[in-house]
Amino acid sequence: MHTSAHPALRKGTDSSPGHAASARPGRGTQRWLQSPAVVSLLLWSIVPLLMTVWFSLIRYNLLSPEDTGFVGLQNYQFMWSDPAFLPAVFNTLLLTVAVLVISVVGGVLLAVLYDQPFMGRGIARLLVIAPFFVMPTVSALIWKNMLLHPVYGLVAAATTALGLPPIDWLGEYPMLSIIIIVSWQWLPFAFLILLTAIQSLDQEQKEAAQIDGAGPIAMFFYIVLPHLKRAIGVVVMIETIFLLSIFAEIYTTTAGGPGTATTTLSYLIYQLGLQQFDVGMASTGGILAVILANIVSVFLVRMLANNLKGENER
Amino acid sequence: MASVTLRNISKRYGDSPEVMRDIQLDIADGEFVVFVGPSGCGKSTLLRMIAGLEDISGGDMYIGDERVNDIPPAKRGIAMVFQSYALYPHMSLYDNMAFGLKLAGKSKPEIDAAVQKAAKILHIDHLLDRKPKALSGGQRQRVAIGRAITREPKVFLFDEPLSNLDAALRVKMRLEFSRLHQDLKTTMIYVTHDQVEAMTLADKIVVLSAGRVEQVGSPQTLYHHPANRFVAGFIGSPKMNFIDGVVVSANAQHVTVQISHGGVQTVCVDGSTLQPGSKVTLGVRPEYLRRDDSQPTVHGRVSTVESLGDFSYLYAESDSASEPLICRMPDGEHAANGSLAGFSIPPHHCHLFREDGLALPRTQAITQAVAPAH
Ligand SMILES: Nc1ncnc2c1ncn2[C@@H]1O[C@H](COP(=O)(O)OP(=O)(O)O)[C@@H](O)[C@H]1O
Ligand SMILES: [Mg+2]
Repeated sequence: MHTSAHPALRKGTDSSPGHAASARPGRGTQRWLQSPAVVSLLLWSIVPLLMTVWFSLIRYNLLSPEDTGFVGLQNYQFMWSDPAFLPAVFNTLLLTVAVLVISVVGGVLLAVLYDQPFMGRGIARLLVIAPFFVMPTVSALIWKNMLLHPVYGLVAAATTALGLPPIDWLGEYPMLSIIIIVSWQWLPFAFLILLTAIQSLDQEQKEAAQIDGAGPIAMFFYIVLPHLKRAIGVVVMIETIFLLSIFAEIYTTTAGGPGTATTTLSYLIYQLGLQQFDVGMASTGGILAVILANIVSVFLVRMLANNLKGENER
Repeated sequence: MASVTLRNISKRYGDSPEVMRDIQLDIADGEFVVFVGPSGCGKSTLLRMIAGLEDISGGDMYIGDERVNDIPPAKRGIAMVFQSYALYPHMSLYDNMAFGLKLAGKSKPEIDAAVQKAAKILHIDHLLDRKPKALSGGQRQRVAIGRAITREPKVFLFDEPLSNLDAALRVKMRLEFSRLHQDLKTTMIYVTHDQVEAMTLADKIVVLSAGRVEQVGSPQTLYHHPANRFVAGFIGSPKMNFIDGVVVSANAQHVTVQISHGGVQTVCVDGSTLQPGSKVTLGVRPEYLRRDDSQPTVHGRVSTVESLGDFSYLYAESDSASEPLICRMPDGEHAANGSLAGFSIPPHHCHLFREDGLALPRTQAITQAVAPAH
């Protein structure tokens, strides 16, 4: 959509000067008028980034304010040798990828299901979407105390009813539990986007495939899935942005533990900055998180670019 | 190749009343049949029932000798071209055309041969690597037809295939449909709301209105012997003129009609079922309405003259007819807007409709009409 809008936009601006060239402000004025927006955006994004970079290069611990000074890349060295750092990077990626896979695969399947007409579809659809509107802290608390709790939890009740011992989910499978909780929140988002996409599939296209002899499975793989490709790209991109910085769910359930089992990069930054009051180290973590996010987004952008290029070739 | 037979076919959507009732239709093997009718009359529904995309609510449908009511679309031996073309946007043209064969488990060389053959027939063999998006409307249309051809169906189904094309291309593609039918000699069923397409393409036209078959016949039959007022008004462009009148006298050869606010007109139809005094409607096509100021039977006031180059259409408001009279004049004849004009009607070019809309059989001009369509 973006790419197809471009030529049209360009055409619009090309053709207009011919009509009202004299009435239009010159290039200098244009720049000047744009500058408040550009400058405020620049301040908005660049200044915090630069400050973080600066903080990551100095000694800056709120518990020892007299101990200051430029230390160069020492903070980075220190961070690299921190035993919590690499697990945190790994946990961040694991959480992101796992939730992406679950929400996209589940979202596609649910979207296909909810595209079929059945009794009470409207209400069922609303119920599927509902978790997305629950605040992260609230949903984490619900999962922690009402669902996964080994004594009071519904899951424990279900397992004991089957004669199995209750499981302390957050203690024994902390990462899996977090993945389940976060997926529960983000699956509805994927579902919503993919459902609207699936509903925009041309009915006649499906009928043509039906006449061509496509059964349900061939229909899914040859017609529906290719149609959803772009929407899946959008879901992956948006979810990645949010999943890389998941915090509230971890904070309210496992607090990064046991050990560093659920410490992600954003949680590590929180620990350094607000539990150990080491602003310098926290900033270092922040900069590393920015680098990680950029590495991931390069992959994403490349994937999406291929995707969109494919669309253009149509 | 197969015939298509519909017996007492009816259709209802859910619990709503029937949208089609009691359809009887015989389509011979190799025939080019056009379903024509105003929008919403059920043309698409009927076609989709033949395709198997809609359930049949009642009656029996046969393709060849096989009853197909409960056979899925892919197994009916049909191919359909949709109004929106319904090409698969993410597949190349080649894959679009090969898709059905691939699903049917045909071998690569077989598929390739079929696709290349269809592409050659439709002159799209140089485009096979492209995606549908990179094609013009006319080319997409060809691909959609190509996809149908590769299936080697017994019956082709077309649902308003030309309605998304511009006027010039429409005329061109119309000729291609004729050519295609001559080449393939397969049964084709073609839906359109455009009576010009119907007249030019069809061996047999089926006129539908509000879920009923109004008349089935060759283009000539429909044009010269419309069974009722609906068909008379629908076939032919511009529309037939309808003029109100009352029967003065009637016999098996002629009917004499007093035109309301006009003169007395003789009509060459079999009027043996008519009673003097009953209301009738006279029908005359624009090309047979004559300007005649010496012995006019109808009068009107000229409202517009449309010149089309070699001839022009004169529109006149008349008290004898509810809609403006249309008269075709040789170009060069003039009529000032607002002037009074008189018209006369040749008796053997006149149709007569009873009050219930049914046409009375014409007794002359038979020679012209009975001549077979082909
Ligand atoms: N899916 C549907 N549900 C209910 N009514 C329908 C549906 N499709 C068509 N109809 C009705 O059936 C009638 C015939 O429709 P259609 O066959 O599409 O007309 P046409 O193709 O001649 O314009 C119309 O009155 C339309 O409202
Ligand atoms: Mg239609």
